Amino acid sequence: MITLGKDEIAKYPFLADAGQYLKDKGFTLQQFGIDPDLKLSIDKAFNRVQVSTEGKIYKSDLIDGEASKDFVLEREVFSFLLAIVLLKLTGMTTLIKRFALAEARRAEKYLEKDLANISDGSKKELAIRIIDDLFSIQIKEQNNHFIIPVSNYLQHSINFHEREWKLINRHVEKGFVFLTPHETVRLIRKELGNYITTKIFNAKTPTMISGFEEPVDKLISLSKKFVTHTITTGEYPPCIKHAIEVLERGENLPHSGRFMLATFLLARNQSVQQIAPLFKNAPDYNERVTLYQLNHLAGTSGSGTQYSCPSCEKLKTQNLCFAIPECDNIFNPLQFGKRRK
Amino acid sequence: MRAKEIKFLEESFKKYYFDHFDLIHVPKRTSEREFGFQKFNSGMIRHMSLKDNKELHLLLMQNIPSDIYCSNAYYSFPNLPMNEKDWKEADLIFDIDAKDLHLECRSNHCVTKCNECNEVSKLSDYCPKCNSSKINIKSLPCKTCIEESKKEVFKLSNILIEDLGVEKKNIQVYFSGNEGFHVYVYESQFQQLGSRERAELVDYLMFKGTIPETFGMKKLKPNRSLFPEIEDKGWRGRFSKEIFGLKSKRSKIVSELISEGYSSFQKKLIDISTTIGAQIDPNVTMDIHRIFRLPGSLNSKSGLTKILCRDIQKFDPYLESSFLDENTVEIMANCPIEFKIKNKKFGPFDNENTTVPTYTAVYMICKNLATIS
Repeated sequence: MITLGKDEIAKYPFLADAGQYLKDKGFTLQQFGIDPDLKLSIDKAFNRVQVSTEGKIYKSDLIDGEASKDFVLEREVFSFLLAIVLLKLTGMTTLIKRFALAEARRAEKYLEKDLANISDGSKKELAIRIIDDLFSIQIKEQNNHFIIPVSNYLQHSINFHEREWKLINRHVEKGFVFLTPHETVRLIRKELGNYITTKIFNAKTPTMISGFEEPVDKLISLSKKFVTHTITTGEYPPCIKHAIEVLERGENLPHSGRFMLATFLLARNQSVQQIAPLFKNAPDYNERVTLYQLNHLAGTSGSGTQYSCPSCEKLKTQNLCFAIPECDNIFNPLQFGKRRK
Repeated sequence: MRAKEIKFLEESFKKYYFDHFDLIHVPKRTSEREFGFQKFNSGMIRHMSLKDNKELHLLLMQNIPSDIYCSNAYYSFPNLPMNEKDWKEADLIFDIDAKDLHLECRSNHCVTKCNECNEVSKLSDYCPKCNSSKINIKSLPCKTCIEESKKEVFKLSNILIEDLGVEKKNIQVYFSGNEGFHVYVYESQFQQLGSRERAELVDYLMFKGTIPETFGMKKLKPNRSLFPEIEDKGWRGRFSKEIFGLKSKRSKIVSELISEGYSSFQKKLIDISTTIGAQIDPNVTMDIHRIFRLPGSLNSKSGLTKILCRDIQKFDPYLESSFLDENTVEIMANCPIEFKIKNKKFGPFDNENTTVPTYTAVYMICKNLATIS
């Protein structure tokens, strides 16, 4: 466990043991509900969650990660811990996820600053250690850049859909990827968010505390607007249309294309018997083999695993993507034509 | 294939396996690998585990497989069903196949065999006799195919070493036994990567998914100094060498690139990907559960051996991977093109009886272009 100084706890409050922190400071949750001075922290906590639901980062009282007075620092940590209490009391997953992401982005700003800190080496070291301890990424510094092993980079960048994060668009040399401090911390945003989410999920839910009811109710009604309904047009995406056309022409569709087509149609609730005739025109068609393979993909034979439709990114690599504007940056062919109501 | 041909192929394969145990070994960490094999005219048997060379040689003698495979992955329980195997890691593998290089020579050495009427003809999309589109293309790769495939191996090795930090001693290149090369990378930092991460490596190696900004081109207000230099490392350097050629030409070409605009630049990136990117089969590298042809074994598409290339530059598959004997066999051959094995020319044959060495008979029968007379 990393030992944190006072201002580090304010910057990275998720690293602290919440219950222990309050205990060390001599407070109980009940006091926050009653004491008018402490109640301010609940307002702050409420604000911290509310801002996160709007996709914004909560405006901290810290200046450059430091506080002018000790109590500012404390209030900063309290508001984070109380925000978690409020979230647990609402029990709304969508709020927790939005909050975790916003907090991750907030911490990201401090991590970035600490990494780029030339005057205070210890701040840089701490940031490097946090990244290593939490996410097992070994960062080294080389010529004003941070370098990380390609394999480490890929394990994190794989979650990004923006092309600039593809390995081909990075500076890569001798097994390392070169990153700026900004890119280094951006790389772990999702994991940082996940880390905070898990911490919140794992925290005990207290019973309702007097004085907490109002903000909790307000947050519950706030979360209702995030419930979305989607409708599907039912039209096939261009990759699937292309695959069907190839088969209809009696041309050879590569194994990966057949896999895509079958898993797509299975996911759209078509049966093996409905799908099998599509392959009839294939130059190497064999009914027995086709049925065996389709049943295997559907999970009705073999290991019982149902295979899922490959992502657009994977299909691009396999030369099976024929994107059109209507694809609208979807990540999986199954999302094609889905619209929010 | 008829029983007669299968019997002949099995006899030839068995003799090879018996005479050449020295060429076929189980790979390192044998007990963590999955093995599989196929017999002629039969399905795949996989999820097997083997202990040592002795067990492997016994399997070869008892089953006389047409093809034998071994996983690049390491498992705790290789002989259990896939989701119970407990995948640990996998060597990085690459398949370079001449047929994916879209070479012009291909039409000279490919034949079409109709699945409906068995007519063999020069390369076409339809059977010239019965017009069926259910055809099989059989390739008899030529020297150009092999030399062009080698170039891809060099490109690949260079990127692996220079960019991805793979040590040269950990790269092994094998002739696949048919139309290309299999490249293995051992003990790299990539051993534990999953399929999605390997797909990213594939795009990197193939120069796919590039954005103009990476190479200095911006949509608005392009800045000349952002364009790469010849001496840059990695893809920026390779791009410069391809596009600028000489350092002295950089300035003039950058001006041209800027005036041609962003989308033209984007198109250029796609166009040069086949020239500067390594042409590998993405599916092979992405597959972390694949069983891959075992080194030293015969390829049933040709009867040639998958063999380690110690000096790839000089390597000639038709000399160095043909191990079957010279005893002559009478066959009924139907092959409209000429080919060369062990420096001897054969064909063209127009549905005729002919006497050829065993290695040629096996080669042609494997390609479905001959039967035993």
